[in-house]
Amino acid sequence: MGFGDLELLTLQQYWWFIVSLLGGLFVFIMFVQGGQTLIDTLSENETEKTMLINSIGRKWELGFTTLVLFGGALFAAFPLFYSTSFGGAYWVWLAILFCFIIQAVSYEYRTKPNNFLGQKVYESFLKINGSLGVFLLGVAISTFFSGAEFHLNDNNFVLWDNPLRGLEALANPYNYLLGFALVFLTKISGALYFLNNIDHQPIRERAVSSIKFNMPIFLVFFVGFTAWLLLKDGYSVDPNGVVVLEQYKYLNNFLEMPIVLGMFIVGVAMVVIAVFVAVVYGFTCCIRTAGVGIVVTVTAVLLNVGYNNTAYYPSLTDLQSSLTIVNSSGSHYTLMAMSYASLMVPFVLAYIAYAWYSMDRVKITKEEIEAPDAHNY
Amino acid sequence: MEEHLVDWSRAQFALTAIYHFLFVPLTLGLGFIVAIMETIYVKTGSSEWKKITQFWMTLFAINFAIGVATGLIMEFEFGTNWANYSWFVGDIFGAPLAVEGILAFFMESTFFAVMFFGWNKVGKKFHLLSTWLVAIGSNLSALWILVANGWMQYPVGMTFNPDTVRNEMTNFWDVLFSPVAISKFLHTIGSGYVIAALFVVGISAYYLLKKRDVLFAKRSMIIGATFGLITSLFLTLSGDESAHQVAQHQPVKLAAMEGLYEGRTEAGIVAVGMLNPEKTLTNDAEPYIFELEAPYALSLLGYHDIDAFVPGLNDLVYGNKERGIMSVEEKMVRGKIAVAALEDYKEAKKANDEQKALEAKQILDQDMKYFGYGHIKTAEDVVPPIGLTFYAFHIMVSLGGWFLVLFSVLLYLSTKKDISRYTLILKSAVLSIPLGYIAAEAGWIVAEVGRQPWAIQDLMPVNIAATQIATTNIQISFWMFAFLFTLLLVAEIKIMLKQIKIGPDGGH
Repeated sequence: MGFGDLELLTLQQYWWFIVSLLGGLFVFIMFVQGGQTLIDTLSENETEKTMLINSIGRKWELGFTTLVLFGGALFAAFPLFYSTSFGGAYWVWLAILFCFIIQAVSYEYRTKPNNFLGQKVYESFLKINGSLGVFLLGVAISTFFSGAEFHLNDNNFVLWDNPLRGLEALANPYNYLLGFALVFLTKISGALYFLNNIDHQPIRERAVSSIKFNMPIFLVFFVGFTAWLLLKDGYSVDPNGVVVLEQYKYLNNFLEMPIVLGMFIVGVAMVVIAVFVAVVYGFTCCIRTAGVGIVVTVTAVLLNVGYNNTAYYPSLTDLQSSLTIVNSSGSHYTLMAMSYASLMVPFVLAYIAYAWYSMDRVKITKEEIEAPDAHNY
Repeated sequence: MEEHLVDWSRAQFALTAIYHFLFVPLTLGLGFIVAIMETIYVKTGSSEWKKITQFWMTLFAINFAIGVATGLIMEFEFGTNWANYSWFVGDIFGAPLAVEGILAFFMESTFFAVMFFGWNKVGKKFHLLSTWLVAIGSNLSALWILVANGWMQYPVGMTFNPDTVRNEMTNFWDVLFSPVAISKFLHTIGSGYVIAALFVVGISAYYLLKKRDVLFAKRSMIIGATFGLITSLFLTLSGDESAHQVAQHQPVKLAAMEGLYEGRTEAGIVAVGMLNPEKTLTNDAEPYIFELEAPYALSLLGYHDIDAFVPGLNDLVYGNKERGIMSVEEKMVRGKIAVAALEDYKEAKKANDEQKALEAKQILDQDMKYFGYGHIKTAEDVVPPIGLTFYAFHIMVSLGGWFLVLFSVLLYLSTKKDISRYTLILKSAVLSIPLGYIAAEAGWIVAEVGRQPWAIQDLMPVNIAATQIATTNIQISFWMFAFLFTLLLVAEIKIMLKQIKIGPDGGH
C-alpha cells in the first residue's frame, strides 16, 4: 500500500505531524539563537567569545534550513495558511525575516578584516536575532491559539481586518508568554550546547550559572503559557465543518489524545531532568536529552492545536474563515507526492547526525581557536 | 486592486531577486571549482593545491551567507507580497519548494560546516566528499526553485479546481520534467558557472598583473579558464534551447526580445541596434533607429528552421488569421467567459444546484486556458516593456559571446604561453568580473520582465496575484530591504576586496 491509497484526511494528519515535528526541530535548533544572547555573559575575553561564537556558528545554517523547510512544508501542505498568514500578518513576518537576515552574514563577517560595520555591530545583530527574532516567532506561533483578525473571500484570498497587519498580536499579553518562554528556553538549550561542545572549564561554569538563572524564568513563562492554554476556550470544528468556540478545547484535546498528552509530559520531564542533571551533577551531555525533550514537547503542542477537529489558525473576525488542517491543505495528489519525498527525511537526519558527530567528537578548545590556520568566525 | 500596490510589490520582489542573484550564481559555480581544486589536492597531496582550495573556499563562504539570507526572503515574499498567487498555485509551487528543503538545503548546510571547519577534524576523503556535496546541494536547490519558476512560465501538470479556486497538481513528473523548467535550470546554472569562472580568472589575472602569488594564480587561471570555456559552450547551447522554448510557449516575450512588431518568415536577429522610442503598436514608425541584422537567425533560434514564421507583436496582440493566431481581444472574451463561469459555479454550489454547477464547470473547462485574460483590461496590456526586454536580451547575448572568446584566449595563453606577459588580456579578465553579473541580471530581466503582465503565464496576471494591503506598507518595507541589502552588499564587497588583497597566504 502506498501513500496514494491513503485517505485525504490521513495525509493531512501525516503532514500536520511533519510540520509539527519540523516546528519542534526548529525550536531545538534555536539553541543557536539562545547561545547568541549568551556570548557576553559566558565570556571574559575575546578568545572565549570566539570559542562561543564558533561553537554555535557551525550550526547556524541548520536553523536557517529548518526555517526554510518549515515554511516550504507549510506552503506545500497547507497553502491556505501560507497565503493567509504571510500575506495577512505582514509586519510580524517581515520583522522576523529581518532578524534572520542579519544573522546570516554576522558569523562570516564579524572578524573579517575591513568588515565595514565593525565587530560590535555584527555581535549586536546576533543578539537581536537571538532575542527579538525568537520572541517574535513565539508570538507568531502563539496566534495559533489566540487567533488573528482576518477573513477569506470566496476565492480564498485573505483580507486582513487590522491595519497593523500582524503587529496587533503584540497587543495580546497572552502571546508574550510563549514569546518569552521561547527566549529563555533557547538560552537554556544554548548553554547546554556550550557545556557539551566546548572543552573549557570557565565557560562551562558560567554556562551552568546561566542555566540556574534562566531556568526559573523560563518555568514561570512556560507554566503561564500552559495554564492559559489549558484553561482557555478553543476553536472546534463540528462534523459539518462549522467552527465553534469550545470551553477548555486544548485541555480536552490533550485528554482525548492521550499519546499527545504523554508526549507533552515526557518532553517537559526530559527538559527538566536534563537541566537538573547538568546543574547538579555537572553532566555535559544533557543537550541530547533536553533536545529530544524540546522536540517532543513542541511537536505535542502543535499536534494539540491541529488534530482532533481543531482550527489551528482561528479567525477572530469571521470564525468560519478559521483554518483547519482540512480546509487549508493541499490536494490529495500533492500531499501524496510530497509524502514520498518525506521518506528521504530519515536519510537526511542520518547524515546530519553523522556529520554532526564527526565534527563534534573533538570538542572546541582554546588551542583550536588560536591555531594559525584555523578558519574562525 | 490598486495599480501602485502591484508596481511596488513587483519592485520589491525584483529588488530581492536581483540582490539574490548577485550572490547565488557565484555559489553555484565556485562550489564546483573549489571541489575540483580540492580533488587535485587530495590526488597530489600538494600543499600548494590545499592553499589554492582554501583561498577560494574563503571567498565562497563570504558570498554564501548573503545568498542564503536573500533566498529566505524570497521564499517568504511569495506569501507576504503575492498571497493570492500563493493560494492559487500553492498546491503545485509549494511542492518543489518543500522537496528543495528536504533534498538540497540540508545537504548544503550540513556539509558546509564540515567543509570549513572539518580540515583537522575529519578525514581527507570525507572532507572532499563534503565539498562536493555542498556544490551538488547548492545546484540541487537551484533545480527545484527553477522548476517552480519554469512552471510559472509554462504551467503544466495541473487542473483547476473550482471548489477550492486553485490549480491542483495532477502529475509531478510533468512539472519536474517540463521542457521550460529543464532549459531554465540548465541555462541559469550555466550562467552561474560562467560567473564563477570569470571571478576566478579575473582575480588570478589581478595577481599576475601585480606579479604576486604567481604559481597560485597560474594554477587557478588554468582551472578557471577550462571551467569557463566548457561552461560557456554549455551556456550557448542551453541559451539556444531556452530561446526555442520561449518561441513555443511565450511568443510575446520572444517578439519583445527582438523588438519585432510585424511577424515574418526568414526572420533575422538584430546583432546591434537601437529601438525607436516613438514606435508603438499602433503607429507606423520604424521600430529601430538603426540595426544590423544577422539573417535567418531568429527563425533558426526560435523554431530551428531558417524559413519559419516568427510572429510579431502586432500578430500576437491583434491576431493573424492567415497564420492561425488568435487576437488578445478574443482571448479576453473567452477569459471573461471563464471568470463568469467560475462565479456561476460558485453560486450554483451555494444553492446546491448540481446541474447548473456542472454546466458552469463545462464552460469553465473549455475556456480555462484563457482564464487570466479575463482580468486583462486592454489587449495592449499583455505586451511587456519592450525596451527593457530588448536591451537586456542583447546585452546578455553579446556578453555571452565575449566570455567565450575570453576563456578561449586565456586557456590558450595559460597552457601554451607565459600568460603573465599579456597584460591587456589580463586587464580584460579583471574587467570582465562585473560583466558576468551584468549578463546574469540581464538574463533575469529577459525571463521575468519579458513575461509581464503574467504571474502565471495566461492564467494569472500580477494585479490579481498581489496581496491586498495598503501600498504604504510595501513602500516602507521596500526601502527597508533596499537599505539593508545595500548595506550588506557594501560589506561583502569590502570584505571580498580585502581578502583578495591579503591573498592566499592569509586567507582563512
